[in-house]
Amino acid sequence: MTAPTVISLRGATKQFGGLVAVDNVSFDVREHQVLGLIGPNGSGKSTTLNLISGALPATDGDITLRGGTITGLPAREIARKGVSRTFQLVRLLPSMNVLENVMAGAVFGHRRRWGASAERHALQVLEKIGMADKAKASVGQLTYIDTKRVELARALSGETEVLLLDEWLAGLNPTELTEGIDLIHQLRDEGRTIILVEHVMDAIRSLCDTCVVMSSGKKIAEGSTDDVLSDPEVIRAYLGDDDA
Amino acid sequence: MDILITGLILGGTYALIALGLNLQYGVSRIMNLANGEMLVIGAFAAFTLFTVGQVSPLLTIFLVAPLAYVLNWLIYRIMLRPLVKRAKNRGMLEVDAILTTFGLSFVMVGIMIWAFGGDYFSYSYLARPITIFGDNYGLNRVVAFGCAALLCAALYLWLNVSRAGMAIRAVSVSPENARLVGIDVPKLSARAFALGGAVTAVGGAVISTFLTLDASTGVMFTMKALIIVIMGGVGDVRGTILAALVLGVGETFVASVIDPGLTLVAAYALFILILLFRPQGFFGRKPT
Amino acid sequence: MNMKKGDWKNLGWGAALLAFAALLPLTGDGYLISLGVSIAMYVVLATSWALFSGPTHYISLATAAFFGVGTYVMGSGIEYISYWALLPIAGLIGGLIAALVGLATLRLSGVYFVIFTLGLAEMTRQAVTWYQNQTGHKGTYVLTDLTDPDIYWQLLVLAGLVFLLGWAIGRSKLGFALRIIGDDEDVARHVGINTALSKVALFVVSGATAAIVGAMIAPRFIYIEPATAFTPMLSFQVVIMALLGGTGRLWGPLVGVIPFTLLWEAISSSFPNQTTLLLGLSFLAIVYLLPGGFVGLYDRLKGRAARRSAMA
Repeated sequence: MTAPTVISLRGATKQFGGLVAVDNVSFDVREHQVLGLIGPNGSGKSTTLNLISGALPATDGDITLRGGTITGLPAREIARKGVSRTFQLVRLLPSMNVLENVMAGAVFGHRRRWGASAERHALQVLEKIGMADKAKASVGQLTYIDTKRVELARALSGETEVLLLDEWLAGLNPTELTEGIDLIHQLRDEGRTIILVEHVMDAIRSLCDTCVVMSSGKKIAEGSTDDVLSDPEVIRAYLGDDDA
Repeated sequence: MDILITGLILGGTYALIALGLNLQYGVSRIMNLANGEMLVIGAFAAFTLFTVGQVSPLLTIFLVAPLAYVLNWLIYRIMLRPLVKRAKNRGMLEVDAILTTFGLSFVMVGIMIWAFGGDYFSYSYLARPITIFGDNYGLNRVVAFGCAALLCAALYLWLNVSRAGMAIRAVSVSPENARLVGIDVPKLSARAFALGGAVTAVGGAVISTFLTLDASTGVMFTMKALIIVIMGGVGDVRGTILAALVLGVGETFVASVIDPGLTLVAAYALFILILLFRPQGFFGRKPT
Repeated sequence: MNMKKGDWKNLGWGAALLAFAALLPLTGDGYLISLGVSIAMYVVLATSWALFSGPTHYISLATAAFFGVGTYVMGSGIEYISYWALLPIAGLIGGLIAALVGLATLRLSGVYFVIFTLGLAEMTRQAVTWYQNQTGHKGTYVLTDLTDPDIYWQLLVLAGLVFLLGWAIGRSKLGFALRIIGDDEDVARHVGINTALSKVALFVVSGATAAIVGAMIAPRFIYIEPATAFTPMLSFQVVIMALLGGTGRLWGPLVGVIPFTLLWEAISSSFPNQTTLLLGLSFLAIVYLLPGGFVGLYDRLKGRAARRSAMA
């Protein structure tokens, strides 16, 4: 028996003027699945993520969350329905401390809390990602990986159904990268549903159940991670025609 | 027909002023709310030279333009550049720029009142009627329109053909990428800001031939120029000219058919329509 | 709502300060009382302005428009309805206009908003003048038996209400949402905040308050015409006072209003033509010398002192 579908894209398309950034892309994400959205630079992965989170409106196609259409909804409603995300370039709230940053997700996210309950919950999430001791720190003092952790905690604290991670592991040094991969592994073991835009191949191999490969806005492959990564067409897309 | 031509003539001069502002905002990304005062200074210069030395306003332009260029360049380098440097994000720069340019605008008005008093000033230049399609128009308005049209055309050509114009357009599309292809963005921003100020001051000299102004009218023009820039689209010369003409005709229509006291209401009505239906400007693409 | 000990203390201080301020008319000095009315009026306007503009960073120049609308509501209604009923009506109308303006402009960037609000007072003035010309009367009289001390006390009560409201908003979900919006609007949207609604809600608060102030001040004018009710300068004065004090805290505008009102009075009585210059120089001084206002200065000094004691 397969788990129910959580997110489903059908013919999702995004045009910027004459440029088709995402071209008729369809795929499904099932519950407890970690899906890797991979492809060369400029292939439309992040744009696809932006369509799901509502950062950009789709030009065409349908996106559903547990069967309900979310295409065209504003980002805030999609967030409230249970899709939360991190950003490609970390975006924390500079005037607030770590705890308040995480509370932002707990107060306004999918499951909404307020007051002492929100604070307790945010602290729990911080504990889980190993930052409880820095709850009162200002975000300006954090190391790079810690800023990424806080952003992740903010996304988690609304008890989201689906987590969208936009190159969450990018820019980390080797030690941090191990820590980062362990952290996502932990989330995966909890049975979370995650869509991951990523370049780090080690991370993709060890984290993703399935992968969707994009190139020039189109989906060129989909399947289990090992199959996809040995697909000659995928290798060609990554390395260029001459090397294939 | 009468309304249309009067409106187009008024719109032509608006276009010149709005182009100056658009050049400043498009390239240096600073919304200059002291733009209208630059116009009044240009007008003051034309008025003074005409009443004192009988110098034709059309000649004054050649004096006003370089002076305004230098003045605006200095304003940018001394006052605005430090703000650009210290701003952590776009929003902060926006707030600082709004406050600073407002401050500047008040300072300029204050100095003008102090130096010349708060009286209206106007002078009579080419105040002869001229007949177009059977109706009479002031020759000064027609000449002013001709000047404005000539300058707009020159600016448009320069932006589209010359190397410097190309660089300016590149920065207005994307400052980050312009830097990558080797354009010195800060230097160019200062120049565009200076040029925009010069264009507006020239517009002031031209407009003073047929409008009565006083030291504190600048803000009205700033507002109209801003409305035009927003209607036409930031960094879009064609859009700006079209929007200026639309505003000129709209205002003239309301002034002559309903009430001359309602010109600003007319401008606002247009503004609201644009905000609601095409916030990206006439020719602008949908924001992404 | 659970109150902490510090909250009670602040509340007590606020009430004591208000009670002390209420004693001013007992001096019987007409000039002092008139100055008190100005200060109380600007405190209400600047504080309610900062409730909206502080967290959102949108600079509203619409104060004069709302104020004028309030004045006109009082002026045109006083013949038919009681003064006390007109105050909330002025607030309602001001709030309604703020909601409409906010819905049209607050989705867009700050520059659009500034320009729009800048012209709002002038546009309303033109429309009112035109309407009056059409109907044939030039101005209206507001004749009441309210004296300056009465108006002063009313404004103090309103100030107390605005402070309470600001304090409540600061502790509410709306206040938290606004802080997030002020930091990063994209993040705010993506954590599920209705950014447009939050901004409009606060703009309505400041619009309604300014309209009520306009209605309260109307009896002082006695004769109301468009040029006295809609003075664009008022919007700028309020912005400067609030920024001079600092919008980071609720009490910020208050400490900006008092020195600026005194300075303004002094300049306009001895150099009446130089008020514009003063306004301009104040704007520049705030940007270059005092970013964050007195509140910012206070926080920096406190931060420095804390660091020094940490090192010692």
